[in-house]
Amino acid sequence: MLRADALEAIYPELEQRIVVTIMGAVAAELYMLGHRHNFFYLEHAMGLASSMGLGIALAMPQHPVIVIDGDGSLLMNLGTLSTMARYKPGNLLHIVFDNESLLSVGGFPTATATGTDLAGIARASGIPSVMEANTPENLKASVTKALESKTLTTIIAKVEAIGPKSFHMDLPLLENRFQFKRCLEAMKVQGSRE
Amino acid sequence: MPVSVTNSRLIYDALKACDVKIMSALPETWLVHLIRMADEDPDMTLVRLAKEEEGIGISAGAHLAGVNSALLMQNHGFLAAINPIVSLALLYKIPLVMLISYRGHMGEKDPWQTQGGLATEPILRALNIPTWHLTSSGDIYRRLKDAQTLAHASLHPVAVLLSRELMWED
Repeated sequence: MLRADALEAIYPELEQRIVVTIMGAVAAELYMLGHRHNFFYLEHAMGLASSMGLGIALAMPQHPVIVIDGDGSLLMNLGTLSTMARYKPGNLLHIVFDNESLLSVGGFPTATATGTDLAGIARASGIPSVMEANTPENLKASVTKALESKTLTTIIAKVEAIGPKSFHMDLPLLENRFQFKRCLEAMKVQGSRE
Repeated sequence: MPVSVTNSRLIYDALKACDVKIMSALPETWLVHLIRMADEDPDMTLVRLAKEEEGIGISAGAHLAGVNSALLMQNHGFLAAINPIVSLALLYKIPLVMLISYRGHMGEKDPWQTQGGLATEPILRALNIPTWHLTSSGDIYRRLKDAQTLAHASLHPVAVLLSRELMWED
């Protein structure tokens, strides 16, 4: 599966929701599908997108939060799985695109290329629902199911190590930060009116 | 254990007065009472971390979601979190409020704490992080409030170093 196709398939589920992504191909491909103020692209601090997602999920328990992680990033912060599992916020969905590669820095293989099983680690860490998806349709169904379940879920989606031609995004990172914060404020106000 | 319950309570109450709702922590001796107080408080979300780095992400997320948070860590935990402090908190202008137990400073008997003690303040200065020392109980309320105020006004991390004089009774 190509990550770009996978993102396109789940875009309708992402569109209205709080989304935090890692940097690199994931950010660029989601941005190209259509940037929204409820999307935050963590352009550094590898490994911490899931920790940010956990912070948002705990601070806004009424709103679903979707983290889009990668194998290289998750391997840098495996403790995040045990911390998320400890608090199990039902409004947090953790999607991991596993291309077995550090693609944006030259394509060096990560440990998932030599047998490390992220779904197994997530299960053993205590994540209550762990799914694996290998086609865009399958991923979309898994995302829909996870959001309906209101249960902390990690989805490991194996993708090919192919990225966009350019990683350029016409969005300064501070602009993204401030518009995202404003958007979350508005979502909270709207949520409290409903 | 001669960790000061009285001063831990004053620090905890000062954080509550700052409307802190999420506290992330990794246990260390001086912080035991503070962590217990957070755990027993139904209005506080205590996040027990695997590593301090995660706390920087959690506080960044909480801030963007409009909720005040604080980090409780040992200075060695601060040292473990330098990259996210630089490439998340400083890069993205996140107002972290870091309460750091200042091990390895004057009076330290544990040899293994001493290198971290020597490195803590030079590294805080190198990162240009404003720092308060908490040494007397009379300063706690005002200094924590002022630290949070500066963090929010400057959109920049601040550090509050918890001293042996305040935390340890022997």
